[in-house]
Amino acid sequence: MQAFTTLNGLVAPMDRANVDTDAIIPKQFLKSIKRTGYGPFLFDEWRYEDRGEPEMDCSNRPKRTDFVLNLPRYQGAQVLLARENFGCGSSREHAPWAILDCGFTCVIAPSFADIFYNNCFKNGILPIVLDDAIIDQLFKECVATEGYTLAVDLQAQAVTTPSGQSFSFEVDNFRKHCLLNGLDDIGLTLQESDSIHAYEAGRKQAAPWLF
Amino acid sequence: MGQTLFDKVWQQHIVKQNDDGSMLLYIDRHLVHEVTSPQAFEGLRLTGRKPWEASAAVATPDHNVPTTDRALGITDAVSRAQVEALDANCEEFGITEFGMNDIRQGVVHVMGPEQGLILPGMTVVCGDSHTSTHGAFGSIAMGIGTSEVEHVLATQCLIQKKPRVMRINVEGALPFGVTGKDVALFIIGKIGTAGGTGYALEFAGEAIRSLSMEGRMSLCNMAIEAGARCGMVAVDDVTIAYVKGRPYSPTGEDWDAAELMWSELYSDGDAEFDAELAYDASEIVPQVSWGTSPEMVLPVNASVPDLATAKDDVQREGWQRALEYMGLEANTPITEISIDKVFIGSCTNGRIEDFRAAAAIVKGKKVAANVKLALAVPGSGLVKAQAEAEGLDVIFREAGFEWREPGCSMCLAMNADRLEPGERCASTSNRNFEGRQGMGGRTHLVSPAMAAAAGIAGHFVDIRDWS
Repeated sequence: MQAFTTLNGLVAPMDRANVDTDAIIPKQFLKSIKRTGYGPFLFDEWRYEDRGEPEMDCSNRPKRTDFVLNLPRYQGAQVLLARENFGCGSSREHAPWAILDCGFTCVIAPSFADIFYNNCFKNGILPIVLDDAIIDQLFKECVATEGYTLAVDLQAQAVTTPSGQSFSFEVDNFRKHCLLNGLDDIGLTLQESDSIHAYEAGRKQAAPWLF
Repeated sequence: MGQTLFDKVWQQHIVKQNDDGSMLLYIDRHLVHEVTSPQAFEGLRLTGRKPWEASAAVATPDHNVPTTDRALGITDAVSRAQVEALDANCEEFGITEFGMNDIRQGVVHVMGPEQGLILPGMTVVCGDSHTSTHGAFGSIAMGIGTSEVEHVLATQCLIQKKPRVMRINVEGALPFGVTGKDVALFIIGKIGTAGGTGYALEFAGEAIRSLSMEGRMSLCNMAIEAGARCGMVAVDDVTIAYVKGRPYSPTGEDWDAAELMWSELYSDGDAEFDAELAYDASEIVPQVSWGTSPEMVLPVNASVPDLATAKDDVQREGWQRALEYMGLEANTPITEISIDKVFIGSCTNGRIEDFRAAAAIVKGKKVAANVKLALAVPGSGLVKAQAEAEGLDVIFREAGFEWREPGCSMCLAMNADRLEPGERCASTSNRNFEGRQGMGGRTHLVSPAMAAAAGIAGHFVDIRDWS
């Protein structure tokens, strides 16, 4: 996994509440057995006029000109600014894979759905929760200012606006450690093999029907 | 102080508690399907890892499988490759799989309980958000992403932080025509799709206890639509009776010991919850979703909302977008909304009681002329066989329904079953998101009897007035 330390990136505003993972990456793209290649299909039904199919060439597909990510000013954005309950619905990890593949490594919202939030950390994406009022302010600034960027520092747990205003955010210590170092948590868990074996031995005695 | 049901099960599964509040949680059962597992198996191959306990995992293909004649195989090459990848991965890693032509194949959340693979007090995971279904057994059942599918395969554990626990009491008797599905939609309508975020939900009270196991599964299935980590119901005689005698259930002395242990799986009288809500069952009316989120739901006797009643601008804009997408006018009575298609099935409502309820409505009647397609898709091969033994397939066919092979089908339209742009569907599934049942498709979530009645009438009807 790619580590996340700091980022100073262009911000794209996704001004809708309850954006679900079906919208982030529609079902037909879930047929792939790879982890990559989802970027061109991110928000497919909102982004294009036609119906997308896996592996199609998206370069000549008709784009919806009113969709925010199609606007020239947001090309190359790395920070996705979103509204409440972002990533709700299906557990599909294809959603963070598509977001990452499209170049975003940070999503900022007032709240996230649990499974999506967790999936981000497994893929080098930092999801940041900030208060509603701050999110409102960031949306206003982002829309008002072409080329609006945010600086994100995971170690310091801070988001800083171009004017120097800084907001701190919470992140679980373990997840922060893994993300800062790009760690594979399966390897870390396997270091606890003795504990797992010991647990299983006890459980086999208490509830043998489970094995 | 007493313990909650959730705390009891959680505590029994802690392998190691870390200083930062996180813990290693042991997973008893891992259900696997073809969509969210290939990258996890590939991860095992790349790192040279083997499943920690292959027998804890059981797989079946469900999302991509055709619901038409299986003898033809899967015509969509990409879907076929994914199902074949599951077959090959299960073979390579020694995991039991009920393949596409096995009578036990079905929607993973129908197959698991049916086989006795889900037992009270277990921890259950699957790379599928509707894993919450299995909380109906007093188990902790959570949907996970593919990275965690790989984690569980490799270690039989998950790194977790304990969620908060919310109890939702529904007291009193459920009125006629109100099912577990209606209770779920009613609660989501009240607390919203983020109302359960960060929580494990326990559903309790007389109305919940009165539900069959299948009704409880429909309810817990939709806990995820309230944003919850999982939903649970305490173990009682109904639970025990359902589990007994299933292929993977314990027998003999093991059964006796298990039953004793399971009889403890309820929240103690003095247990404290982080949050508690109470509703009166008599207030619940059969539900119909009108918008593009499960929280956009109303009693069947209500009308599509007026934007002026939205609580704030964000909600108003969401409603406005939903009305446009759904092709609805504010203040339209729900019962005046006509439909193009009917879908009865899914992990929410694809079990035998669901088909019995729907068949009772359509028996001797015909699907309305404006309904282009009415699909009845059993949740598993065994549900299909049971329904056929009871003659339900004949009732559906005579009414103009298509009686199909088991799978996820038009719940998410990964196979050929889907809505075309603008088509409106009465669906027993769980999500009415934009495009969920096909690009541009319009989904209304309802119970099986309500979907069946809408199919016959051609528009939504109040099942309480049905004759």
